[in-house]
Amino acid sequence: MISYINYWINIIKFAFIGGKKFYLWTGFLSVLIGLGFAAYTQQFQNGLIVTNLSDQVSWGAYIANFTFLVGVAAAAVLLVVPTYIYKRDDVKEVVLIGELLAISAIVMCLLFIIVDMGRPDRFMHIIPFIGRLNFPASILAWDVVVLNGYLILNLHIPGYLLYKMYKNQNPSKKYYMPFVIISIFWAVSIHTVTAFLYSGLGGRPYWNSAILAPRFLISAFASGPALMIIIFALINHFTNLKVKQSVSNLLLSILKVTLPINMFLLGSELFKEFYTDSTHALSAHYLFFGINGHAMLAPFIWSSILFSFIAMAIIFIPKLRNNKKILYVACVLTFIGIWIEKGMGLIIPGFIPTPIGDLVEYTPSMIEFLVSVGIWSIGGLIFTLMVKVAIAIQTGELREKKKTA
Amino acid sequence: MKNIDNDNSSIPNELKRAQRVEKKTKQVLDTKIERRGFLKMAAAAAAATLPAKEAPAFFDFFKKHYKEMTPAEKKVAIAKLEKKLEKKLGLDINVTNPDPIDNAHFVYGLDLSKCNGSRKCVTACVKENNQGRDPAIQYIKVLEMDIGTMNLEKGDQYYNGIVPKKGKFYMPIQCHQCDNPPCVKSCPVEATWKEKDGIVVIDSEWCIGCRYCMAACPYEARRFNYSEPKIPKKEVNTTQGYLSNRVKPKGVVEKCHFCLHRTREGKLPACQEACPTGARKFGNLNDPKSDVAIIFKKKRIFVLKEELNTSPRFFYYFG
Repeated sequence: MISYINYWINIIKFAFIGGKKFYLWTGFLSVLIGLGFAAYTQQFQNGLIVTNLSDQVSWGAYIANFTFLVGVAAAAVLLVVPTYIYKRDDVKEVVLIGELLAISAIVMCLLFIIVDMGRPDRFMHIIPFIGRLNFPASILAWDVVVLNGYLILNLHIPGYLLYKMYKNQNPSKKYYMPFVIISIFWAVSIHTVTAFLYSGLGGRPYWNSAILAPRFLISAFASGPALMIIIFALINHFTNLKVKQSVSNLLLSILKVTLPINMFLLGSELFKEFYTDSTHALSAHYLFFGINGHAMLAPFIWSSILFSFIAMAIIFIPKLRNNKKILYVACVLTFIGIWIEKGMGLIIPGFIPTPIGDLVEYTPSMIEFLVSVGIWSIGGLIFTLMVKVAIAIQTGELREKKKTA
Repeated sequence: MKNIDNDNSSIPNELKRAQRVEKKTKQVLDTKIERRGFLKMAAAAAAATLPAKEAPAFFDFFKKHYKEMTPAEKKVAIAKLEKKLEKKLGLDINVTNPDPIDNAHFVYGLDLSKCNGSRKCVTACVKENNQGRDPAIQYIKVLEMDIGTMNLEKGDQYYNGIVPKKGKFYMPIQCHQCDNPPCVKSCPVEATWKEKDGIVVIDSEWCIGCRYCMAACPYEARRFNYSEPKIPKKEVNTTQGYLSNRVKPKGVVEKCHFCLHRTREGKLPACQEACPTGARKFGNLNDPKSDVAIIFKKKRIFVLKEELNTSPRFFYYFG
């Protein structure tokens, strides 16, 4: 027990002590978190009136970011499967980082849900047995269950492995392998359930599509690897852990499959909307072309599509993708492109026009922007601190001192 | 008959209407942003304190769900709410909670050939049901539609001027109290449910304000209290139903409840009482002598978005 407490003291100490660049980065994130917190204080006092949400567009930036981040969390499975199922040693070195990324993403998801609630003080109502979770009828209740479950799974697996490593002991398979297997299916479930949140609503034809869940998963498996390639490049640059090139190559080959499929699925959806040309296509019309001059989202969705095509061109032309800097550009474009497509391109047009034909546009207010930036910064900070500890334990820098006789 | 054209570029009123809405929304929101400058926000962060009246009472954390309460516990909850509202509003408040009536099947019929778009029902509803005046919450939306179309997307909610206008008809929409309600299914905490007389209610003491029900509703019937509702003191209706027209706290969803605090006691809903044309008919379908039962038998009726299988209890007919 004492050695366990010591372990926590040691890792926390280690997490917060670092060089100049470390303090600059964490300090920068802390300032953004402070701003986000200040903005949220305003929202808590005055209500969601400080956002630009309305009865017509009742979900906005918060839920859009939430939806996107569920995908980032699910993408960890792309490292978990090669490591534990296909026994790839090179991926094994970074799988913990993938799982820590999932933890950070889920924490951000939960925070985005909390800031979106009109009555965060009543969060107890969604806790099973204490409150009254409407399970299994409500898909939002399912989401509460799967997201928290995924968080616990991902806290346990890397938590257990890192602790054993710290103690210089071999981990026992029976304490983590069953959970690894569960987490693979669970990762798929979190994004499926999140898609069902939208696709289950008959009153919103733009969302009421059977391919929404496959689209969510595929786009997550494109944005996830893109983000991981960048993160691993940063880790290579700033830390002692040297991620093997073969890991990035694996992620790149996943991207080569998922990015085109993502565009194909989007294309199928658009064909259905525009060729059928029923009144239900109004949301898609609004998104891509605007309705009677109201085209706030059109520039964003077209840039998203342009970004995806540029990224695809880069990853399919060997000359371009072999230049690392250009490859990173492709990854950034993929990430931003999918963020736009999932956030602004999917959540907001679902409300425009409304079910009885009202047309109110939406852009986030300053408060929403600051709160969102604050939550992303919290995620970044948590991830930085966790990865710092994990890498130190993995490379042997931070271990329990061997008792010498 | 007019040609019902689905081409979006030819939606005539949409541009003007949408611009108007956008301008209005922008004006309201811009003033709000301006008031909260950066410095003020920083100061708020430093203080990070919340006004005492907003602090949730500790025991509210562990209160019971309405459906789990015994009759005695309901009485306590009602008394508590009464006290809370009296303190907040500085008025003598009478909180009522009539039980659903056995064997009642409440429905609402709307005669489209009579409605003249005066919106008298909207005003009466706002007054009766203590809806916030700024930002304005209204349960009833009246669409001004071109004769020749039933496409809701072509209706205009923001019409002005003298009504009824030539070539137009008027279609009020409020909560349809569906028998297969998507909103009830979606609520993650069972803060909204269907009572046995068919009315879909919301417990404002339980709602967490996630607004999933608003996304789920195909009739756009639900409204959210983006801020603490503001009602001039002398306009507050002091008889307030626990599950209906009580003054709402901020951050919860509300909607039409067929004036259950009135209708369960034999009165008419406020909107029907206010209607100058007799277009509105509320009643118990199980009572063969009721207006609605007779309309059901004699007239051809229809409901909105029947293909969604929501089974509304709010129907339309041509009288």
